[in-house]
Amino acid sequence: MIGKETTAGRATKFTFLGLWLVFSLFPLYWITVTSLKDPGDIFSFPIAYWPERFSLENYQGLFGKADFGTYLVNSLVVSTVAGAVATGISTLSAYVLARFEFRSKSALLMAFLVTQMIPSFIALGPLYLLMTDLRLVDNRLGLMLVYIAVCIPFCTVMLRGFFENVPDALEEAAMIDGLSRLGALLRVLLPVMRPGIVAAFIFNFVNCWNELFLSVTLMNSDENKTVPTALNGFISSFNIDWGSMSAAAVLTILPTMVLFAFASRHIVQGLTAGAVKG
Amino acid sequence: MSGTSTPPSGVTAAPSVRKEGAPPRGGGAGGRRRREFTTRRGLVIAAFMAPAAVFVALFTYYPMIAGSQMAFRNWNLTDLTDTSWVGIKNFREVFTDPAWGTVLGNTALWVVGSIVPQLVIGFALALWLRRRFRLRGLYQALIFFPWAISGFLIGILFRWMFNSEFGVVNDLLQKAGLIDEPVAWLADPDTAMVAVLVANVWYGVTFFAIMILAALQSIPDELYEAAALDGAGKARTLFRVTIPYIRVTLVLTVLLRVIWIFNFPDLIFGMTGGGPNNETHIVTTWMIKITQQGDYGKASALGLLVVAVLLVFAVFFLTATRERGGGRRGAGRTGKREVRA
Repeated sequence: MIGKETTAGRATKFTFLGLWLVFSLFPLYWITVTSLKDPGDIFSFPIAYWPERFSLENYQGLFGKADFGTYLVNSLVVSTVAGAVATGISTLSAYVLARFEFRSKSALLMAFLVTQMIPSFIALGPLYLLMTDLRLVDNRLGLMLVYIAVCIPFCTVMLRGFFENVPDALEEAAMIDGLSRLGALLRVLLPVMRPGIVAAFIFNFVNCWNELFLSVTLMNSDENKTVPTALNGFISSFNIDWGSMSAAAVLTILPTMVLFAFASRHIVQGLTAGAVKG
Repeated sequence: MSGTSTPPSGVTAAPSVRKEGAPPRGGGAGGRRRREFTTRRGLVIAAFMAPAAVFVALFTYYPMIAGSQMAFRNWNLTDLTDTSWVGIKNFREVFTDPAWGTVLGNTALWVVGSIVPQLVIGFALALWLRRRFRLRGLYQALIFFPWAISGFLIGILFRWMFNSEFGVVNDLLQKAGLIDEPVAWLADPDTAMVAVLVANVWYGVTFFAIMILAALQSIPDELYEAAALDGAGKARTLFRVTIPYIRVTLVLTVLLRVIWIFNFPDLIFGMTGGGPNNETHIVTTWMIKITQQGDYGKASALGLLVVAVLLVFAVFFLTATRERGGGRRGAGRTGKREVRA
């Protein structure tokens, strides 16, 4: 298909692919190994590439000393709700943007795009003041509302790409059969687009799960902290406890990796949908 | 701020073309047919767009616009008794800050030093992944993993690996005989910049690989057959067939990545916190530091400067690349494919 491959060419190719794979996975391996070492062994020479004795002490400490369970629950609740609501809202806007031509359409798309380009940190201060007025500082609902707004623009653009791949004869037929537009969207289109919608939700979830600066700005009491805010607290202290830190890092990464493994094909499709046009 | 994996929306927002062989969608025609129910149609559009518009207007645009005017006011959380207009005082403070030169230099290094290796390695990976091989799907899924991690956490992972005493990087380099003494990577501004760049390359290559691979797969085989018939060698084929064909994707991807990396403080924030001695700050980490100190006015001034620079860059980059026919050629080809499909 793309010309013949020589044996030497193949050898080079797989050597480089192999090296990149090792480089890609090594940091993940390393943080996991660190987290499973006995706390004392983390700071001992020579550095062990495989734990001499496995220990869950770092993990136990996390739930004993620090209130990591609370942070995990906070992150889970906020990311799930915000991710789901943002997906729902974006489905509606993406549908309209995929199916209708109207005057303000390009302006709306541009407005969404701009949000992705401007350093949102310019908004941190005023956002804090706004949330203070709304009495939503240090409040999980407040953080969810902000996250929904953060997720909507890209989620809309991504879902719009998926809608454009579905023929509109589908919902027209449903509407002739007497369904309303919303009914056709919910009952006919959504089932067809389920993989795309799941991917969009996962994408939103992971973004919220990983978000740091808004959460640091808006959540200050310990009981409302999300995981990234808690991690930020860990590194702000003068001496980083790498045992707890590595265990916390593994617990933070694990859920998102599982979700990505599950949906990476569709996320890739969503990312590349509009970009690739030869 | 929307997390580290904030994707390059602009790429996907480019007018998308349905896949070859996909059933015709006729959205435009359908829309025209429905023109007669104009009011109803308008209501549907408004109702479906409203929730998204309200959220984005209230929680993104309002603070952003409010933030912009703070740039011209004396707005410091430590003393809110006087928030009067001060003209360009905040901007002058930014420019006269002793850290400004370092911050600018670091930002340029951060953007260029990340983009170039990411593009080169990503391109190479894409070329190597183009031909099907056993377990290719698994390979792609595995190298996709860094993307699930937040930039902040990546900073932390590499901070641990580059630890001067117990870091695995020093250990490996010593074992390989490349260094004799452990290097205090993050304690020296120069090596600290190298370390954050390594981390960012690790993180960003996948994205380029994915985008470029998808573009490569859209190149029709006939083009390669024709090139082979003409006796074109590998390098010639790459520069005369492959790269021209995927130009639009390359240009858009680089553009969005530049903007995105410019706006990506998370990794440095987690890895060095801007240290040692504020010497690894880029514009956005510095802005966060100033925000945390409560000087919203100065932080906003910095933010507006970033916006201005990025706007100029985007316009310049798009014009420069369009002049050489990139945009139009892409469109022409798209048209052809639509006819065929």
